[in-house]
Amino acid sequence: MVKHSFGWVVVLSAAVAACGGGDDGRDLTGADTDFQTTLIEQLIDAQTGDVIEIPAGVYAFDRSLSLTVDGVTIRGAGMDETILSFANQTSGAEGLLVTASNFTIEDIAIEDTRGDALKVNEGENIIIRRVRTEWTNGPDTDNGAYGIYPVQTTNTLIEGAVAIGASDAGIYVGQSRNVIVRDSRAEFNVAGIEIENTIDADVYNNVATNNTGGILVFNMPNLPQPGYGTRVYDNEVFDNNTNNFGHPGTPVASVPAGSGIVINSNDQVEIFNNNIRDHRTANVIISSVHSTGYSGIGTQEDFDPYPETILITGNTFGDGGGNPDNVELQALRVMMFGLTGNIPDVLWDGFENADLHEEGAMPAQFRICLDNGDAQMLNVDGPNGYSNPHIVENASCSHERRTDVVLPF
Amino acid sequence: MRGLLPLLAFLVAACGDQAVTPVFHDEGRPALLSDWGMMSTRDGLLRLADGVEPFDLNSPLFTDYAGKLRTVWMPEGVAARYREGEALDFPVGTVITKTFYYPVDDAGHVLRGDGDVIVSTRPETLDLDRVQLIETRLLIHRADGWVALPYVWNEDESDARLMRAGHSLALSLADPDGSYRDINYLVPNVNQCAGCHAVNNTTREILPIGPAARHLNRDFEYAEGVENQLAHFIAEGYLDGAPDLPVIPRAAVWNNPDLPLNARARAYLDINCAHCHNPAGPADTSGLHLNIDAPHGPNLGVCKPPIAAGPGSGGHQVDIVPGHPDESIFIYRMASTRADVMMPELGRSLAHDEGVSLIEAWISAMGDGCS
Repeated sequence: MVKHSFGWVVVLSAAVAACGGGDDGRDLTGADTDFQTTLIEQLIDAQTGDVIEIPAGVYAFDRSLSLTVDGVTIRGAGMDETILSFANQTSGAEGLLVTASNFTIEDIAIEDTRGDALKVNEGENIIIRRVRTEWTNGPDTDNGAYGIYPVQTTNTLIEGAVAIGASDAGIYVGQSRNVIVRDSRAEFNVAGIEIENTIDADVYNNVATNNTGGILVFNMPNLPQPGYGTRVYDNEVFDNNTNNFGHPGTPVASVPAGSGIVINSNDQVEIFNNNIRDHRTANVIISSVHSTGYSGIGTQEDFDPYPETILITGNTFGDGGGNPDNVELQALRVMMFGLTGNIPDVLWDGFENADLHEEGAMPAQFRICLDNGDAQMLNVDGPNGYSNPHIVENASCSHERRTDVVLPF
Repeated sequence: MRGLLPLLAFLVAACGDQAVTPVFHDEGRPALLSDWGMMSTRDGLLRLADGVEPFDLNSPLFTDYAGKLRTVWMPEGVAARYREGEALDFPVGTVITKTFYYPVDDAGHVLRGDGDVIVSTRPETLDLDRVQLIETRLLIHRADGWVALPYVWNEDESDARLMRAGHSLALSLADPDGSYRDINYLVPNVNQCAGCHAVNNTTREILPIGPAARHLNRDFEYAEGVENQLAHFIAEGYLDGAPDLPVIPRAAVWNNPDLPLNARARAYLDINCAHCHNPAGPADTSGLHLNIDAPHGPNLGVCKPPIAAGPGSGGHQVDIVPGHPDESIFIYRMASTRADVMMPELGRSLAHDEGVSLIEAWISAMGDGCS
C-alpha cells in the first residue's frame, strides 16, 4: 500500500489541543450510593427471563457493572428519570458491560462513565430502547469513547436513544450483522452515529447534529469481518461542526469538523431521502482508509480500502462546504470555487481500485453513483497528491436497491 | 494422601494440615472459605490441607505486586488430562485456589509480594506474622462447568468470607526505594471473574488460565524438596497422559535476564493479555491478538492502528512502532492507571513498572519505524 500525505490527521491535532473542559456536569449531591451493591448482586443473580427494574432516581457508582446472563431485561423509569451516574468511577473500562444474548435495556440513562457507557460485546437479539448515554460536562477529549456500543452482535435494534458527548462515537455499532438504528438522536459527539465493519444496517429517522461528523459508515483493517450493506435514509443531519475533540490516533480523529455523512472504505452503501445541511467541510464525504493517514505496514494484506457500490439519491442538501476544516481543502475550495465558493455536496478523495477497471473505467456495479438533482461530486484526486481535483462528470447512475433489514423480534 | 511412595506419603503428611479436609461442593455457594477445607490458618501459619498441591507459574499475571499462593486439589481417583495450549483438562471435582497476600513491615505498610521477601520459613505455608492475607479466589469444576467465587479474608485472618459483589481495599505499598504508593485493591465481583476467565467470548465458558503445561513446567520447593511441578503432579496422581518432560513446552520466566528477550516478552503478554486478546476472546473486537502463538504482524500490534481505543490511543497512531516504545500505544496503556486507558482493564490499580520496562525493551529491539 502506498503511503499518502493528505493531512486530515495533522490539521486535527491543533483542534484537539484547543478543546476540552466543558460545563461542570451533574451534581451528585444526594445521589444514592448504596444501590451499587444491590444492582451488582441483581446482575450476578439474574436468571434468563428476569426483568431488573430500576425506579426513578439518581444512582452513583464507583465501579463498572457487568451482565453475563442471557435473556435479561434492564428497565428504568425513563431516560430522564432513572439515572446511573459514573462520575465517581474509579475502576472499570465501561459503565455497563454486557456479554449476553437476548438482552434488552430501556428507559434509562448512563452518565459520565470513565470509558464507554454501554458496551454489548458479542450477542444475539439486542434491544437498546430509549436509552440515554451522556457526558454531562459537554464535549471534552477526556470523556469516554463510546456511548452506545454493541460490537460483534447479530440482530440489534437501537431506537429512541440519545447519545451526547462521546469522545469517539455516540452510537457505535461495530462488527455486527443485521442492525437497525432509528428514531435516535446523537449530539455533541465526535461521531454521531457510526456503523463500522457491519453487514446489513439500516439507519433511519435519526437526528445527528452538533457532532464533528454526523453519520459515519466505516471499515477498518485487521478485523475478522469487513462490513458492507448499510442504508442511511430519512435522517436529519445538520450542523455537525463541533471541533474534533477525539483522541489523535483513533480513526474518528481524522474526521474534519463539518462532515455530514462519511463513508470510509465501506461498500454497498445507500444514502437517500436525508435532509443534510450546514456542514462547513462537506455534506457527504466518501473516502478510503488511505486518506486517514495510516501506514500500510499495519494493514492486513487482503483489506479492501476502497469505497465501492455507493448510491446517493433523493437527499435534500442545504448549505455545505463553505469553510472546510482542513488546510488543503480550504485552499482547494478557494482555487476552484472562489473566495465565497463552496465545496460541492459530495466530496470524494478519489481513491479507487484500478484492478477493477474495465477499459479504463470503473464497471457500473462498483461505481459511486450520485443521482441527486443538481448535487455535484468533487474528486480531490488524492492518489495524485491532489494535483488535479475536478468535478466528476456523469456521476449519475444507480445500483440494485437493497432490501429492508428485518429483525426477528 | 495420594502419594504412592510410603516415604513421600510420610513427608507430606507431616506438613499438610490434617485438621482440615478438602470438600467439593457440587452446588451452592458456601459462605466461608473454610467450608471448602482447602487451607487453614492456625498457630500463626496458613497451611494447606492434605492433597492440596501448591504451584507457581513461569510468568504470572500482575496484580498490584500481590504475592500469590496457588493450589489445586482433585477428589480421589481422578486426574487432569495433559494437553497443550489451554489449561490442563481438569476433571469435575477439581478446586483451584489463588490466595492473594502482601508481606507486611512493622509499620503496617505492605511490601511487594512478588519479590524476594521471605513470607515463610516452611515450604507450602505462609507465616501470618509476615503477610497480610487479602483474598482467596476459587475456581470449582462442577458437572455443568467451572464456577468462580471470591473470598475476602477477615481482619484476624481466621477465615475468608464470600463477597460475590466484590470488594475494595485501601493499602499503602512500600516500594524497594522506600517510597509509598496507595493501592485501591479491587476484589472482582463474580461477573468480573468471567471478564478474564471466559477466554472465549462466544462460548463464555469459565476456564482456568494459569495452570497450562507451559506455565507449570518449572520447579517448585515442596515440603519434601524441590521438584518439577508437572513431575510432581504425575507422581501425586494428579496428571495423566503427559509426554516426557523434555518435550513439554515451557513458557519463559518473564524476569529472567538469561532468557531471550522475545520469549520473555511474549510469555508476559501471553499471561497478562491473551485471556482477552486472542482470536476468540472478548478483545478480538480490537483485532489485536497477544496469545503465545500469534504470528508477528499487524494483529500482534506491529504498526497496527487502533480500532476502538478512544483515550487509550494516548495520541499515538499505532499499537507498536518498532524501535519506538514511547510512540507505541502498548506502552501508554500498560503504564496508565486510568480506568478508561489502562490495560489490562481489570485486576490492577498500579502500573507494573518492570513489566512495562520489559515490553519497552522488546519494542526497542524490534527494528525501526513503520514506513
